[in-house]
Amino acid sequence: MTTSAEAPAVGLTHGGSEDTGLGHRGPESKSIVVPYGFWLFVLSDMVLFSALFATYATLVHATDGGPTTKDLFDRNLVAIETLALLVSSFVCGLAIIAAKRRNMLWTQVWLLVTGLLGFVFLSIELYEFATMIGEGAGPQRSAFLSGFFTLVGSHGAHVTAGLLWIGTMMAQVWAKGFQPHIMRRLMCLSIFWHALDIIWVAIFTIVYLIGTL
Amino acid sequence: MFGKLTWDAIPVHEPIALVTGLVVIAVVAAIIAWVTVKGWWPYLWNEWITSTDHKRIGVMYVVLALVMLVRGFADAIMMRAQQMLAVGASQGYLPPEHYNQIFTAHGTIMIFFMAMPIVIGMMNFVVPLQLGVRDVAFPTMNNVSFWLTASGALLVNVSLLVGEFARTGWLGFPPLSELQFSPGVGVDYYLVALQISGVGTVLTAVNFVTTILKIRAPGMSYMRMPVFCWTTLAANLLMLAAFPVLTVTLALLMLDRYLGFHFFTNDGGGNSMLYMNLIWVWGHPEVYILILPAFGIYSEVVSTFSGKPLFGYRSMVFATLAICIISFCVWLHHFFTMGAGADVNAVFGIASMIIAVPTGVKIFNWLFTMFGGRVRFNVPMYWAIGFMLTFVIGGLTGVLLAMPPVDFVVHNSLFLIAHFHQVIIGGVVFGVMAGYTYWFPKAFGFTLDERLGKMIFWCWFIGFHLAFMPLYVLGFWGGTRRLQHIADPSWQPWLDVAFVGALIIGVGIALTVVQLLYSIKTRDRRLDTTGDPWDGRTLEWLTLSPPPHFNFAVLPDVHGEEAYWTRKQTALREEKLIEEPKYEPIEMPLNTPTGVIVAFFASICGFAVIWHIWWLAILGLVGAFAIFVWYAWRDEHEHIIPVDEVARLERERRRIRHEQIQTWPRPA
Amino acid sequence: MSAGFRPESLWRLGAASLLALSTCGCNRGILDPVGPVGAAEKTILINSTAIMLAIIIPTMIATVGVAWWFRAGNKKAKYRPDWEYSGAVELVVWSIPALTVLLLGGIAWISSHDLDPAKPLPSKTQPLHVQVVSLDWKWLFIYPDQGIATVNQLVVPAGVPVSYDLTSATVWNVFFVPQMGTMIYTMPRMTTRLNLQADRPGTYEGLSAHFSGDGFPGMQFKVHALPADQFAAWAQGARGTGSALDGRTYAELSKPTSYVAPMIYGAVAPNLFDAIVKNRAPPSPVSPPLHNKPVSGSGA
Repeated sequence: MTTSAEAPAVGLTHGGSEDTGLGHRGPESKSIVVPYGFWLFVLSDMVLFSALFATYATLVHATDGGPTTKDLFDRNLVAIETLALLVSSFVCGLAIIAAKRRNMLWTQVWLLVTGLLGFVFLSIELYEFATMIGEGAGPQRSAFLSGFFTLVGSHGAHVTAGLLWIGTMMAQVWAKGFQPHIMRRLMCLSIFWHALDIIWVAIFTIVYLIGTL
Repeated sequence: MFGKLTWDAIPVHEPIALVTGLVVIAVVAAIIAWVTVKGWWPYLWNEWITSTDHKRIGVMYVVLALVMLVRGFADAIMMRAQQMLAVGASQGYLPPEHYNQIFTAHGTIMIFFMAMPIVIGMMNFVVPLQLGVRDVAFPTMNNVSFWLTASGALLVNVSLLVGEFARTGWLGFPPLSELQFSPGVGVDYYLVALQISGVGTVLTAVNFVTTILKIRAPGMSYMRMPVFCWTTLAANLLMLAAFPVLTVTLALLMLDRYLGFHFFTNDGGGNSMLYMNLIWVWGHPEVYILILPAFGIYSEVVSTFSGKPLFGYRSMVFATLAICIISFCVWLHHFFTMGAGADVNAVFGIASMIIAVPTGVKIFNWLFTMFGGRVRFNVPMYWAIGFMLTFVIGGLTGVLLAMPPVDFVVHNSLFLIAHFHQVIIGGVVFGVMAGYTYWFPKAFGFTLDERLGKMIFWCWFIGFHLAFMPLYVLGFWGGTRRLQHIADPSWQPWLDVAFVGALIIGVGIALTVVQLLYSIKTRDRRLDTTGDPWDGRTLEWLTLSPPPHFNFAVLPDVHGEEAYWTRKQTALREEKLIEEPKYEPIEMPLNTPTGVIVAFFASICGFAVIWHIWWLAILGLVGAFAIFVWYAWRDEHEHIIPVDEVARLERERRRIRHEQIQTWPRPA
Repeated sequence: MSAGFRPESLWRLGAASLLALSTCGCNRGILDPVGPVGAAEKTILINSTAIMLAIIIPTMIATVGVAWWFRAGNKKAKYRPDWEYSGAVELVVWSIPALTVLLLGGIAWISSHDLDPAKPLPSKTQPLHVQVVSLDWKWLFIYPDQGIATVNQLVVPAGVPVSYDLTSATVWNVFFVPQMGTMIYTMPRMTTRLNLQADRPGTYEGLSAHFSGDGFPGMQFKVHALPADQFAAWAQGARGTGSALDGRTYAELSKPTSYVAPMIYGAVAPNLFDAIVKNRAPPSPVSPPLHNKPVSGSGA
């Protein structure tokens, strides 16, 4: 049972069904519809990453005589990155709890920490990229490296978009308070942030762990 | 400052491109001038451009598609003419550099900017009405989706006058599409236009899957939904799952071209076979995205015009979902000749044949829908029967192509061309023409002229067969596709017949325009006063034509399949309507300029990326983001339609329907 | 008042089409195969078509017939407004396509294995080896055992299986001789394999069946199938004539040209094909932009 107000379904003045079953009690309320739609979008994003994973797997040995996975990855850095992202996911959860309790201070604090940890993740990743490029292992060197930079870089691009979103939400929450549509957006942001974590776990395993075994 | 863009980009040495481009600019300018002089901008802006109403957005999609049909058909007739003229010693009137752009543009436009928009437009207009609800789940996003598609179409048309288009075929296979072999901007136009409209498509998919699964009238369980809604669901699930793969594939090619990556290049370890696999993992579901809604239209049309419920509803639903899933398992049949080995080829061949089973079931079920019915041969029924005759042959040739050893001798041939045009024209085009005629009165309040409608049908039916039957023959003779010049003079008579066929189709297209104008002019003779001109069976026919902005004053209670039919029959038997409901004010989403402005910035960004004008690209991106945030800042999302207005409109509808009860025949 | 759907006009159209198709000249292209591969493929094509027509033609007739009989004006037809399901009908409706597909699927499995392009053809004679390179926009045929090479002209001994190794120097193409059967992609840095045989002597058409750029329509070549002893004489006579295909002449050949007249190289540098596959053959001295030069002169 959600604590936020049951926002009306599209085209109705009353709330609409909160029944998450087969939907034949009439249109569902916005608090169900919006996250549902966003989940679908996240699923499509997972398909996008699947295609990138498939590309990476196909090209992982196409090193053109250049550096291979064993030559390149620093497990310590990756461990710190991963920790930062995992903790940021946890902290994001704290932000949502604070928002449900309408606590402006802690919502903003936890959102900020989420963003900062995300920023740490990105910084480490950019450092890793810069180092590799400096060593002549940039994405133009080989198909494997193109695949690596694109897969990991796409995730990083999504994290960057997420940081922009966190900043925007902090401003919106500050300016407008915990109105229903703001809450729904926070919900979507948190789904997005957790999904990025899931993708990172896959990347961490398939690229870095398996690559350095 | 302007990247690669110079005055040389204007094709002053290519009279055909230049003249066409200038004519297009002149026509667009004329239209803009006329609209301005007549003072229609406020109306267009408020009622159409910024509309979040699914009915308006649906119509705009169809209009975009029809405009792009003209462009795509112009490409087709130019190709037919070239092949007819460039036989033996003659090189025709189109040099390879130009011809190769034309067939690439023809395929790209017809699939992405004609077939997709027209199908999405029909789904937009019809589905919320059939589900008995007021709008889709995300009306603003719907508006954005439309304008992003329009932005892609715009960029493809800009390539006519500024620069060039791709010369690679509509799927842009590497290595030919890599920078080494296509150094011009053509491939970039193709990639950028498709990426922009691809975002729109994924958003549409999210919208419709959510709508169909979460927003239906009370009592409408899954097995009470009209079949068109099921096929829309299946098509949008395919869109959701397949388009991200296209986005990735085109992005990888862009990275190769723009940043020197090595995904598909000849050097650096690149693998062009990877592109083939990825693009067809998207490409095969794509064609099912097009055909499934058309199948849904046929289900509605055959049932309505036979005066009977659709035969085997559950089978049809199951068949639809089977097609949806299997369509993801067949992609390799597009490249049996790549040498994957017998086991792989055989498995994919068999899977491709399996998909013919649910399709065959559908044909039989339509047949049995007519059996025992009272078939009325209105124009939509002509299209449906024409489809049943044309499409099955297309299916036959498809199963032939699915047999690897047969494909080994007809891959990429004119036989293939004839096959896919047979299923796309016989399946998708006939379907949308049926849907266009069938739902036109619902959208505009009057029906289209029937006589012209039948003439249009015959032009397409005869024209299609004349244009493509010769291609099967030429395919058997070893004729391959995409030839700017034909070496063998004995092909001449067949190419002549094919050209005549294309001309007849052209007459059909011209007559469609004539029919529209004539029908508008004489609309008083064919007004749809009741909102139910065809004795329909689904909920869209409950409303007046056109429906009010909010569709239904009160969401209908659905009991059983064929919600509207049951309700109508009860009303006719009891000679009264259901009790007058208690009216409430209705919340409807506000209009929004977000879509058109985001598309504007996307077009700027896209054009800048194509021409390597980096500062402008960043400006475009920033602009798109800024408008997005500005939109997110608004506090008002809906406007309220007052209860008096709702009551007034609904009472008018009830009055008309009450009169209708007195005059309509009683049910048996 | 609607004029109705006239079946007579449809019959006329159908008969006309069939007539046109039947005079399609079945003595050419893939319907006139000259070897075992093409013959097998033609048989499968015809049989599969016949099997499917056996279902489709009655379906098409039934479509028109049912629509006509149950037309609204026909008082003799029984109106069954509630007949929307029948288990028996559903069973038949699912079975017909399913059984057909079962049959065709079996044919697909068996024939895909029998006609796998890489599978050597059964024969008492040793196969001839030919290496094929698709260039922009012509075909190079290297005879490694005979030490000669030809351009846009493939000469083979009749009745002898030919084993092809294929690659491309630049972009994808497809090697296709319709009357001999199976086609196969040629792809740069990769080798594909094909086995074909021409049983009767004659001249056949060859082409590329995958669009490869501006010069694509000029990639036609002729295939001459000679009796075995004549082939040996031809190969022997060609040695030492014309120029040698070495690094320099190959680089010259690699320049983008189309509609190239057939020519012969009387000597071939050893392992040239392998060098081309590994991208160690000398590239054209002319830079690539000639391939698909931008039409408007800008954006290069």
